[in-house]
Amino acid sequence: MTPKDGKPVDEVTGVQTTGHSWDGIEELNNPLPRWWLYLMYATIVFAVVYWVLYPSWPLLSSGTKGVLGWSSRGEVAAEIATINESRAVLDTQIAAASFEEIAADPQLADYAQRSGASSFKLVCVQCHGSGAQGNQELGYPNLNDDDWLWGGTVDEIFFTISHGVRNEDDIDARFSMMPAFGADGILSAGEIRDVAHYVRSLSGLDHDAAAAEAGTEVYQTQCAACHGEDGGGMIEVGAPALNDAIWLYGSELDQIAAQITRPRMGVMPPWAEYYDEATRKKLAIYVHNLGGGQ
Amino acid sequence: MGNALLIPIFGIVSLLAIVAAALARDPQFATHMWVVAAVTAIVAIVNAKSLHWEADGRLTKTRRDTTGYVDGPVKAGVIAVMVWGIAGFAAGVFIALQLAFPDLNLEPWFNFGRLRPLHTSAVIFAFGGSVLIATAMHVVQRTTHARMFGGEALGWFIFWGYQLFIVLAATGYLMGVTQSKEYAEPEWYVDLWLTVVWVAFLVMFIGTLVKRKEPHIYVANWFYLAFIVTIAMLHVVNNLAIPVSLFGSKSYSAFAGVQDALTQWWYGHNAVGFFLTAGFLAMMYYYIPKRAERPVYSYRLSIVHFWSLIFLYIWAGPHHLHYTALPDWAQTLGMTFSIMLWMPSWGGMINGVMTLSGAWDKLRTDPVLRMMVMAVAFYGMSTFEGPMLSIKSVNSLSHYTDWTIGHVHSGALGWNGLITFGVVYYLAPVLWHRPQLYSMRLVNWHFWLATLGIVLYAASMWVSGITQGLMWREYNADGYLVYSFAETVAALFPYYVIRAVGGIFYLVGGVLFVINITQTIRGKVAGQTAPAAQLAPAE
Amino acid sequence: MSASHSNTTPPPSQDPHESAKAPVFDHGKIERNVTLLLVLSFITVAIGGLVEIAPLFYVDNTIEEVDGVRPYTPLELAGRNVYVREGCYLCHSQMIRPFRDEVERYGHYSLAAESMYDHPFQWGSKRTGPDLARVGGRYSDAWHVQHLYEPRDVVPESIMPSYSFLLDRKVDPKLIAADLSANRAVGVPYSDEMIENAAADMMAQAAMNDDPSGLEERYENALNIRDFDGNPRVLSEMDALIAYLQVLGTMVDLSEFEPAAEGR
Repeated sequence: MTPKDGKPVDEVTGVQTTGHSWDGIEELNNPLPRWWLYLMYATIVFAVVYWVLYPSWPLLSSGTKGVLGWSSRGEVAAEIATINESRAVLDTQIAAASFEEIAADPQLADYAQRSGASSFKLVCVQCHGSGAQGNQELGYPNLNDDDWLWGGTVDEIFFTISHGVRNEDDIDARFSMMPAFGADGILSAGEIRDVAHYVRSLSGLDHDAAAAEAGTEVYQTQCAACHGEDGGGMIEVGAPALNDAIWLYGSELDQIAAQITRPRMGVMPPWAEYYDEATRKKLAIYVHNLGGGQ
Repeated sequence: MGNALLIPIFGIVSLLAIVAAALARDPQFATHMWVVAAVTAIVAIVNAKSLHWEADGRLTKTRRDTTGYVDGPVKAGVIAVMVWGIAGFAAGVFIALQLAFPDLNLEPWFNFGRLRPLHTSAVIFAFGGSVLIATAMHVVQRTTHARMFGGEALGWFIFWGYQLFIVLAATGYLMGVTQSKEYAEPEWYVDLWLTVVWVAFLVMFIGTLVKRKEPHIYVANWFYLAFIVTIAMLHVVNNLAIPVSLFGSKSYSAFAGVQDALTQWWYGHNAVGFFLTAGFLAMMYYYIPKRAERPVYSYRLSIVHFWSLIFLYIWAGPHHLHYTALPDWAQTLGMTFSIMLWMPSWGGMINGVMTLSGAWDKLRTDPVLRMMVMAVAFYGMSTFEGPMLSIKSVNSLSHYTDWTIGHVHSGALGWNGLITFGVVYYLAPVLWHRPQLYSMRLVNWHFWLATLGIVLYAASMWVSGITQGLMWREYNADGYLVYSFAETVAALFPYYVIRAVGGIFYLVGGVLFVINITQTIRGKVAGQTAPAAQLAPAE
Repeated sequence: MSASHSNTTPPPSQDPHESAKAPVFDHGKIERNVTLLLVLSFITVAIGGLVEIAPLFYVDNTIEEVDGVRPYTPLELAGRNVYVREGCYLCHSQMIRPFRDEVERYGHYSLAAESMYDHPFQWGSKRTGPDLARVGGRYSDAWHVQHLYEPRDVVPESIMPSYSFLLDRKVDPKLIAADLSANRAVGVPYSDEMIENAAADMMAQAAMNDDPSGLEERYENALNIRDFDGNPRVLSEMDALIAYLQVLGTMVDLSEFEPAAEGR
């Protein structure tokens, strides 16, 4: 069936074809679907309206500004300003108040606790763990216990958070240095092994009594100055207690000997460079409340 | 005698490659030069073997049939599709499992960071590229009624040249050779080689069009041509770089920072737009009408959606950089052009699906056609989801999350994968002159395994992506963030497992595909004891 | 749909506007001419990229005017090459978006200026792991070593691969000068002096050279000089990578930054 204009018609649908055939494939001459065309027009209208409202087309020295005057950077600045304003009252109070005053004000204390918990997740968990449990062996202190390297009062915690430990960026960073007794040849391998046995004896761990006996004197001359005669540690120089069950770099004989031979010493960034006083105070309160605060 | 000249040329290239290997600045470059030396030596030897000294002292080459269609490289392309498909899907399953079970990372060669480009290149460029080149060769000859321009020699050069590109790229990733531009990871010398192969592909295609015996150029060829030309433009510009040494693998991109970012995503988005969309639409425009034995639905729609699609697609790149340091104006253009792209994309879907007008019953009886139509349906879904994700407020949630991964895979597994399977199920019996496929039942199994796999994949990544996006920005009553990053990682574990299961389904479907096609090529038919091949003349 | 198979169905009445008028434009011309199809297609696909990308090179406010951005030191550049080689960008972005939650989690949103010497850019597209744009200084070197050695030792939830082999891979300082030259060829302002002293500067930054004063003079800002990997005798890829990580996001003092007026 061929209508007047000579174009053949597809018999199944009754629609004209274009009259061409490629390897047996023909084309129907159906019109553009109306809904399709109108939706396309609608998206074009949407785009044009959007271009008028927002920055869109590049010109010579800048882009078009858009009649709304919107910018992504302006928007976030406004949003941050709003939230800072809403926090300002409590944060100003926190920054101004002493820790005792904060503790005495239930509203402030509660706020500090919740806000500190959030900051802890952003800043601290990568080293101290999601549960603040630290990592015994790798040297990240557990913050839940009452064993504190640099002091467990809220003021001392605040100082440590603010200035960090053994970093190069803050002159007030907590700092101390354990000699490399083995690597620098101060003690022989045998002496190190003896003193390691002695250190284990301090907290009642299995040890070779004879070796520990032999290590006693070395301990008292070389170690006691910082770690204490009874192994109680010394907060002033961040020397860990050796007479408890908490170990920063592991309690195995080999681990203790390795630490004496070539000590590892933890580093912590000075968070005062990144966070304001109120945030650090809230963090200190949160950490202090974890369980071991003094 | 021109072909005899190839032997010394390849021999010299082989020697030069050995010299380059000796001078190499890094072991990766040396390895690659050894590969090139071996390949070119093999080509020289194979060519030499086809030469004969005649009794009168003339050197001649074995005569080949120079009439009819050139189908050898097309057949080889079908084999390559099967090989790279399985390799790419398997790599995908493996890296999906790595994200759930990180102990599967085997440093340094099989860490996620090196395997991920291996997976993406294997599925996009090896699997997808092989089917695009093979079908382009097949379709352009059929729809022009002309023998391939350049004949067997050019066809085989394109095929093997492209396979060499894939091998160099893939082995490079494992050794850590990468430019770090997504989907453009191969280094400068591999890029140069691909440029040579691609120009040969373009010459073959245009040459064949020029030779055509049909006055009009069929719509499938418009799409193939736009795909080849645009990919050439994107590839050359995005890979502009200065090598550290002519004997080393490392190079530095010509662009930096914000300009480099937009150039990369102009490229990256249009690798999707022209490689995975325009090229595959070209396949659709030939193979669906052929399989359905029905005319294309609308010529006018072909025209409007072709020109609008290729014009608008190019602008959409900035939607990959929403809310980055890219200026706001460019982001706006990226978003609005992506939205305007919605209907031009759907034009292809309408033309594909409506081509079945008058033949809907075939969807019940022909699982191959059903696979093709399901592919077009996934194309429609992805090209709706794409513009939606380009809306800035949606993107602020979805960007950097698994939602993007889910979106890509509903397009890649659903559209590109299924249409490829459908096309090869049609093509294999045609190319090897088999009366039928080995088993329609296996096609049906493949269809359902693949579809279920895609659903598991897309659904798990939606949930994972939205979970991730919401957890990152979750505030407590005081306006403080609730979750640490580590907690958001831990929350995604179940979805990563489901995703891997979806991938395994898809991979198993792919294995059935390979079995089915291999048996078809061998002339077997399921349930028949006497192979049909023994009755039919070989090829 | 398939019910109306009758052969006698008349053609559906066409839109009178479509069939009555002669076509305004004959697409057949393009279909019959390969050159025309090729040229028109190419022009069509070239426009979008030109309009969007070219202005980024000439519009002034594209890259913010801030102080402090300097080329990477030789050691940092070597570390950056390790970062690229291992595909770190596939899981870590270096692009903090201007959202309140990202600013609170990662720090000030990223500026275009901060990656102006990044060939190629490392903004990334996926956050399987956290953003690294401002990771510099936030962790100790020892943490990075432990974390790269076995991520789950320090972050149990992590799904990151381990990179312990970096400790054993040595960096050859002699090779890095060529990398600086290549960077200069694409526009990074490395001076002759920087290129000449590249190997020595690399050793100096890893504290393997007695006198780092030349390095300090040449690079000045945001410079970390120390043994990064905990092994002072070997210049390893771990040294290089950590030197790179520790400088990320630390070059610009953002407390001074004011966003440009509109139109960016």
